[in-house]
Amino acid sequence: MVSSRKETWLQILFAGCAALCILSVALICWFLFANGLPAIVKIGPLNFLGSAHWAPSQGHYGILAMIVGSICLGLGSALFGVPLGVLTAVYLAYYCPKKLYEPLKSAIDLLAGIPSVVFGFFGLVVLVGWMQKVFVGSSGKGILCASLLLAIMILPTIVSVSENALQKIDPSFYEASRALGAGHDHTVFFVCLPAAARGIGTAAILGISRAIGETMAVIMVAGNAAILPASILSPVRTLTTGIVLEMSYASGLHRQALIAMGAILFVLILIMNIGFFKARHRNG
Amino acid sequence: MKPSLQTTAVLQPVPLTPSKPRKKARVNLTEKKTDRIGLALRTLCSLAAFCCAAILVGLILYIVINGLPWLTADLFSWTYTTQNVSMMPAIINTVLMIIATLAIALPVGIGAAIYLEEYAKPGSKFVELVSITAQTLAGIPSIVFGLFGMLFFGYALHMGLSMLSGILTLAILVLPLILRTSQEALHAVPTSMREASFALGAGWVQTIFKVVLPQAATGIFSGVLLASGRILGESAALIYTSGTLAKAAFNLFDPGATLSVHLYKLLNEGLYTHQANATAVVLLAFCIAMNLAQKMLERKMTKGL
Repeated sequence: MVSSRKETWLQILFAGCAALCILSVALICWFLFANGLPAIVKIGPLNFLGSAHWAPSQGHYGILAMIVGSICLGLGSALFGVPLGVLTAVYLAYYCPKKLYEPLKSAIDLLAGIPSVVFGFFGLVVLVGWMQKVFVGSSGKGILCASLLLAIMILPTIVSVSENALQKIDPSFYEASRALGAGHDHTVFFVCLPAAARGIGTAAILGISRAIGETMAVIMVAGNAAILPASILSPVRTLTTGIVLEMSYASGLHRQALIAMGAILFVLILIMNIGFFKARHRNG
Repeated sequence: MKPSLQTTAVLQPVPLTPSKPRKKARVNLTEKKTDRIGLALRTLCSLAAFCCAAILVGLILYIVINGLPWLTADLFSWTYTTQNVSMMPAIINTVLMIIATLAIALPVGIGAAIYLEEYAKPGSKFVELVSITAQTLAGIPSIVFGLFGMLFFGYALHMGLSMLSGILTLAILVLPLILRTSQEALHAVPTSMREASFALGAGWVQTIFKVVLPQAATGIFSGVLLASGRILGESAALIYTSGTLAKAAFNLFDPGATLSVHLYKLLNEGLYTHQANATAVVLLAFCIAMNLAQKMLERKMTKGL
C-alpha cells in the first residue's frame, strides 16, 4: 500500500498539472500585454487603431487596414463556409444513408487534420490560378480567393458543431410536426433547422474565429498589401499575416507594434470565444 | 386475464424514429407545394455534402498527382543543400518535435485530467477556472502561441531560436487537446471499477494507476495521435520559436525546421516549386496515416465498449 503521505503529494502534483493551464493563459496574457501595451501607448491608441497608414520605416504604425482585413476574411469565409457547412450538417443528420455516414464523417474529420501550409499550397497553385482565369487582369490573390480557401478550412468546424446542435434538439419537435401532416423535408427545414438556430450561430462564430486566427494559408493567397481593401479582389493583409511577414526583421518600436498587433488579435479572438462559451452555456 | 392483455397491446411504445406516413395526408394541395420546396432543399443538401467530399478528394488527388513524379530519392538524402532541397532533416526534426512535445504535454495533460476527474469536486471554482482556461487555450490562434513562445522561451528564458523553445510552445498548444481527450477517456471508465478497487482495499493512487488508467489507455492514445497530427501540421507557432533552418537538430538547443515549416519556406522562396510539391505529398501522407490510425483506434474503442 502506498502511504497516505505519498497520496497527498501525488494529489498536489496532479492539481499542479491542472494549475499549469491557468498559469499558461496568465503567462500568455502577461507577455503579450507587457510587450505590446507600451507600443500602443507610445504610438497613441488612436493612431494605432484608427489609422490605416502602415509604414514602419517612416514611423507610421496604423493597423486599421489589418483589422479590416481580418474582419473581411472572417465574414467572407463565413459567407461561403456557413451555408455549405450547415447544409452538409443537415444532410448528415437527416438524409445520409447509413452506409455513407461513416465515410463522409471521416472525410470531414480528415479535412480538419490537413495542415494549413498544405491548404495554402493548394490555394496558391489552384485557387489563385482559377481567380486569374475568371477575373482577367487581376493578380488572383485577394479577399475572394482567401475567403474561399478559408471557407474550406473552417468547414469541418461548422459541420461538426451544427450537426451536434441538430442532433441535440428535442425529437418531439420532429414528431409533432410530422403528426400535424408536414412532410420529412418540410419538418427538417422549417422546424428542426430553426430549432437549432442558436447552435448554428455558435458554429458560425467558432468558424469565423478560426478564420481570423489562421495564418499560413492566408499568407499565400491574400496578396498581403497593408491597405484598406477597395473591392473583393483587392489584396489584404490580416493581423496574423502582418506579424509573420515582418517579425523576422523588425526591431525596436516596429517589433513592439507587431507584438501589440498580436495582443489585439488575442483580444479579438477572446471576445469571440467568450461569445461562443456564453451561447453554448445557454444551450445547456 | 384477457382485458389486461389488451391494455398492454394498446400501450405498445410508438417508435421514436421517423417513419414514412402510411397514408398521404388529406391536405394534398399544400403537401405538394411544400414537397417541391422540400425536394429542392433536399437536393441542395446532398449537393453540399457531395461538395465537401469532392473538395477533399480533389485536394488530395491534386497534390498527389502533381507531387508524386517529383518525389525522388534525392529528396530523402541526409543533408540539405541549395542544389538538393532534401526534406530528411525536416522529417527528423518533426519526429523529434513530436516525441519531445508529447513527453512534456502528455504527463501534464493526463495529470490534470486525473485531478479534474478523480480528485476535484465537480463544480468547484478551481475546476471551473481550469476548464475555462483550457478552452481559452484551445481557441488561441497558433501565431499568438508563436509570439508568446518567442517572447517567453526565446527571450525571457534565453533559449533563443531553438527546438526547445518550439517544443515548449507546442506543449502548451496541445495541452488542452490532451487534457480534453484524457478527461473523456477517464470519464468513460465505469465508477463500479473504482468502487471495486476501493472495496479490495486499494488507495486512490493504486486505483488510478492500476485500474483506471489501463482502462482509459486506448482513449488517451487516440488523443496522443490527434496531438501528433496537430504538431505535424503546425507552422505559425514554430517559425519564430524553432526557426526555419533545414538541418537536423539532434541538440535541442539548435534551431530546426519541421516538415510543415520546411514546406512553407520552400513555397515562400518560390524557387523549388516541384520539390515543394513533393514535400507536400509526404506531409499529406503522414497526416492521412495519423488520421486513419486515430479513426481505427476510435472504432476499436466503440466496439470494445
